[in-house]
Amino acid sequence: MTSVVEMAAAVRRGELSAVAIIEQHLSRIDQDEADIHAFNLVMADHARARAAEVDGMVARGEDPGALAGVPVALKDLICTRGTPTTCSSRILEGWVPPYDATVVSRLTEAGAVFVGKTNMDEFAMGSSTENSAFGPTRNPRDLSRVPGGSSGGSAAAVAAGFAAIALGSDTGGSIRQPAALCGVVGVKPTYGMVSRYGLVAFASSLDQIGPFATSVADAALALDTISGHDEADSTSLPTDSARARENLGRGVEGLRVGVIAELAGAEGIAPDVAARIREAAEALAASGAKVEETSVPAVRYGLSAYYMIAPAEASSNLARYDGVRYGLRKPGADITEMYMATRSAGFGPEVKRRIMLGTYVLSAGYYDAYYGKSQKVRTLIIRDFEEAYRSFDVLLSPTAPTTAFELGTKTSDPLTMYLSDICTIPSNLAGHPAISVPFGTGDDGLPVGAQVLAPAAGEPVMFQVAEVLEAAAAAKGGGR
Amino acid sequence: MCPPKIALPHRAPDCSYDGRVAQPLSKDDVAHVARLARLSLSSEELERYTTQLASVLEHAADIGALDIEGVPPTAHPFPLVNVFRQDVPRPCLDRDEVLSQAPEVEDDRFRIPRILGEAL
Repeated sequence: MTSVVEMAAAVRRGELSAVAIIEQHLSRIDQDEADIHAFNLVMADHARARAAEVDGMVARGEDPGALAGVPVALKDLICTRGTPTTCSSRILEGWVPPYDATVVSRLTEAGAVFVGKTNMDEFAMGSSTENSAFGPTRNPRDLSRVPGGSSGGSAAAVAAGFAAIALGSDTGGSIRQPAALCGVVGVKPTYGMVSRYGLVAFASSLDQIGPFATSVADAALALDTISGHDEADSTSLPTDSARARENLGRGVEGLRVGVIAELAGAEGIAPDVAARIREAAEALAASGAKVEETSVPAVRYGLSAYYMIAPAEASSNLARYDGVRYGLRKPGADITEMYMATRSAGFGPEVKRRIMLGTYVLSAGYYDAYYGKSQKVRTLIIRDFEEAYRSFDVLLSPTAPTTAFELGTKTSDPLTMYLSDICTIPSNLAGHPAISVPFGTGDDGLPVGAQVLAPAAGEPVMFQVAEVLEAAAAAKGGGR
Repeated sequence: MCPPKIALPHRAPDCSYDGRVAQPLSKDDVAHVARLARLSLSSEELERYTTQLASVLEHAADIGALDIEGVPPTAHPFPLVNVFRQDVPRPCLDRDEVLSQAPEVEDDRFRIPRILGEAL
């Protein structure tokens, strides 16, 4: 497969046409999408017209930008003016946003071509994409398995060759976990590195947009394109870009890598996954890094804290779906009845569960015991990470405790599903970046992801290490 | 060279569920919370959500058991405050485009059903 870097360069030079690229991707969609269901909407007409526009610019001697002609899929909670954005929820079915998310504007300015809006767990709540109101997405590597979630459609779109880049959102692992399960690269940037303007909110202090790609270098290019300060998002960092490509090609000689003991060999991590992570650590050591096991004790409380904090924020954010300004409205005799009828019909079971959980932990009498305490645990996690980063440049762990599981196996017990996020949640609570890189396969032949974690704004060193892991996986022959 | 193991002094010695911080969740609690969240539940849903939410809260009992009284809470990864932009007028969303997405509109306004208790 041509890399995004080469693809865009060839389009800019006029050696490859954006129309030819998009036709190739659309034909793969025609062939396999019925089995995989990566998309809520395939924007074929839009994509063809846009690709022709990009080719037209090149013909006129204009430069379409760093992602010229690159087919990009967008998770269906990223607002696209004039194109429906559903969050895979009945409550927003048919809604057409009146504005573009900042990431959409930036990709457009860079010459990207949007292929479609990808399926997801409703409002990004889930770890398998089975919570979509429009049916599940299947893992392109094995159609009996889930692609992970909540950005399962985006991960599947890249793994299946439907798009060269996809954007997802990551609140507790929703980019990294599906990337691991589908065998692609997935990045959760530092909180505030990418503008959240136009990202439909789930848990605002945790949400972050990031890219999926088939290689570390392609993911770095995509992140550098979408990152940087945005006046429209008051939580966006005052930086120009993530500088994800800054250290690529430098190797890991002399870098200090800590393997997180609590996550690498913990109970619940499958033995085959744990074995791959040991091999990843050995590969980094063989490349000249100093690799040691380390402890980040408070991460063991991450899951509990997350499942108080994220639902609490969600219960507040999702109060806006009231049938007044947009989306579904079900009739009621008065406004309260209308609210209740609309919300009960529009939200699926997992969303209702989390809204109620969040409302409960924020309610009088329970606030301190659950929400307040979780916020303190968040402080402990940040402190323990700070301590670890005094001794290490990056940390290493599995991305997900297992390889892709079969559809339907975790849907009846929410807590079992929540455990899928145990390795990814700590980075969201801390606001730190992390990346999942494919590293070999499990006993079932399905992909395993290695997670590289870095301190805030540590994208340069994070990508530097990820690139070496990628090369090591390729050398082993099991990377992809 | 092995980095020092980081002790977590605030951690309770035992993370069993003995440190449960609240009464077990009842169906009445869930019904109350559903009402607050403007959700109506069937009796079958009420039953199922009570069991499921109780199991999540039980898992969270491990943090309930932590003695972390003096630790400051973190609400946000980076405590940015008073972020302002220049107070310069600029175009906002197109009114017709916004209203075209509303379930019901009257005279360029969102139309809603009667507010409870309001005289007609």
